[in-house]
Amino acid sequence: MKFNKYKAWLYLAPALVFLLAFMVYPLIDVLVYSFEEGFNSASQTYFGVGFYNYSYVLSDPYFLSAVGNTFILVFITVPLSTFLSLVISLALASIKKLRELFQTVYFLPYVTNTLAVGLVFMILFRPTPHSDGLVNAFLGLFGISPIDFIDGPYAMKMLVLCLYTVWTVMPFKILVLTSALLSVKEEYYNAARIDGTPRLRIITKITLPMISPTLFYLIITGFIGAFKAYSDAVALFGVNLNVAGMNTIVGYIYDMLYGEGGGYPSYASAAAIILFLIILTVTAINLTVSRRRTFY
Amino acid sequence: MKITLNSVTKIFPSRSRKKPEPVVAVNDFTFEFPDGRLVAILGPSGCGKSTTLHLISGLEKPTGGRIFFGDTDMTEIPAEGRGVGLVFQSYALYPHLSVLRNITFPLENLKGENKLTREEREARAYEAARLVQIDELMDRRPSELSGGQMQRVAIARALVKLPSVLLLDEPLSNLDARLRLRTREEIRRIQRATGITTLFVTHDQEEAMSISDLIVVMKDGVIMQTGKPQEVYDDPACLFVATFLGTPPINVILAEVRDGGLYIGNAEVMRVAGAPDGEVYCAIRPEGFAPSEDGALPCGLSEVEVMGRDVSAVCTHPSLISDEMRVIIPSDTELDASSDTVKFNLKPHKVYLFDKQTEKRIYFDL
Repeated sequence: MKFNKYKAWLYLAPALVFLLAFMVYPLIDVLVYSFEEGFNSASQTYFGVGFYNYSYVLSDPYFLSAVGNTFILVFITVPLSTFLSLVISLALASIKKLRELFQTVYFLPYVTNTLAVGLVFMILFRPTPHSDGLVNAFLGLFGISPIDFIDGPYAMKMLVLCLYTVWTVMPFKILVLTSALLSVKEEYYNAARIDGTPRLRIITKITLPMISPTLFYLIITGFIGAFKAYSDAVALFGVNLNVAGMNTIVGYIYDMLYGEGGGYPSYASAAAIILFLIILTVTAINLTVSRRRTFY
Repeated sequence: MKITLNSVTKIFPSRSRKKPEPVVAVNDFTFEFPDGRLVAILGPSGCGKSTTLHLISGLEKPTGGRIFFGDTDMTEIPAEGRGVGLVFQSYALYPHLSVLRNITFPLENLKGENKLTREEREARAYEAARLVQIDELMDRRPSELSGGQMQRVAIARALVKLPSVLLLDEPLSNLDARLRLRTREEIRRIQRATGITTLFVTHDQEEAMSISDLIVVMKDGVIMQTGKPQEVYDDPACLFVATFLGTPPINVILAEVRDGGLYIGNAEVMRVAGAPDGEVYCAIRPEGFAPSEDGALPCGLSEVEVMGRDVSAVCTHPSLISDEMRVIIPSDTELDASSDTVKFNLKPHKVYLFDKQTEKRIYFDL
């Protein structure tokens, strides 16, 4: 009996060692850093302990703009991408011919490199000495004067960032939703048809409740993923996100550590803890809502 | 409402590459299901009986033929517009809705002048639930119900919209043996109480015989015989129907007709005046044997099981075609269980002859 107890720990050890070393220890470390004022990573010294890092970060205009950007990004892209994915998945699930072809086509962006996708978006939106980008060329057909999507007005830049994010997160959602839709038993639809249920009502009253666990999973992971957005903005606007006014919270954390004028692990840690608290709160709300709405 | 199927055929395109020929699930099905009766469609699995039900419900479209509800041609009307009640084999209760909401669901779809208020819907739901005796379970989810209860909910959901016809797809197959007996009585009771034309599909001949007004026996998509259960049992039109109906199954023996006499082996066992000479299949119901000292048919006796009211004997005969020869005789009949052999006289009206090639019935004068 006693030996068995040790054996269990022995089996768990490899995973536990890695988790402790690369997850738990850094988490605690970040928390500690965030309270150490003026920590210097070279000399490993600090001046004092307190909330100064938090008050600095929370009053830093770059951080506040990063929070604003992140929230806009999250609350536009998550609902939009989930809704669009749902519509596309419903269409995919209802066709028989060519379904696999379309599934592959819709999944391609997922296996495409982020920076390659960024390049495509640049061709679409970025003006060059020779052209104003494909989108502007298209808009020009309708007599609309060229818009600078990359260095122009904030709303346009945010539009491009949102489009980019929606486009990159949709493939996975479509894949998961389509398989969830296809796993709903045909019989429920037949029963609903026999009962004379209109098509839209079948979707809202039968299909959606049946796939609600998958849907909530996608929404929760979508929120978490969108709050951690960074590379998308870099792919579009370069590394100087503060200058472009398009920084995200993770971008701010990165800049505080390694960016130009960086080297402030304390501020970065405080920002990271704030991000953690935001995600924790939003996820908790999500879970509460989903428990009430989801049928398992 | 009577339901008429007129030369209805359903052909499914082949799905496998190995067998490219299409599958004829229902072949030239013509029958009138009379108004207000309980009719069983009976056949082995894969005989097209469920497809027939789906064709009537509108879930499948026939390849050919017409379907009438009353005098109205329903062939082109989709399932949504037919107003049938269908109870699925697995019940297909919506798992995310309570029993009450499951039953009111069809009523929520009503539009225009048929639209009901919430109170009316719930009143109707309770009425249907009382009929199937589940009105105390209305707040439960399907996952909290037993198989029998789920089945009742499914029936209530089918009945609540006052369908013109109630279709039941293998209604008892998911229930345990004891519940099956009770539920089939229940289906009969509900059908009598509502007077709704009811069709149910089953592969269990006992189930079909016990509760239905009429049975339709199908094989390979074709109707083999229709009629009242007792009539079909007593007067099978072909060897398939004879072997399919009855427990224990009928005993089939290879025999020969010569000069108006039926010969099994070398023994003339019966006079069959009017039957043409030649080799025949002779099918004898288990209750068609009378043991007798001077019986015409000698058999080997391998086992005797006393079942109280009856005695069941397993016999052997070299000409036997079916798996075993089972004989049922009243327990007060003399039968020497210790003996290896037994002699029987046959009861002529329990003996059926079938042509060896066509397997069609050969009639003889009793």
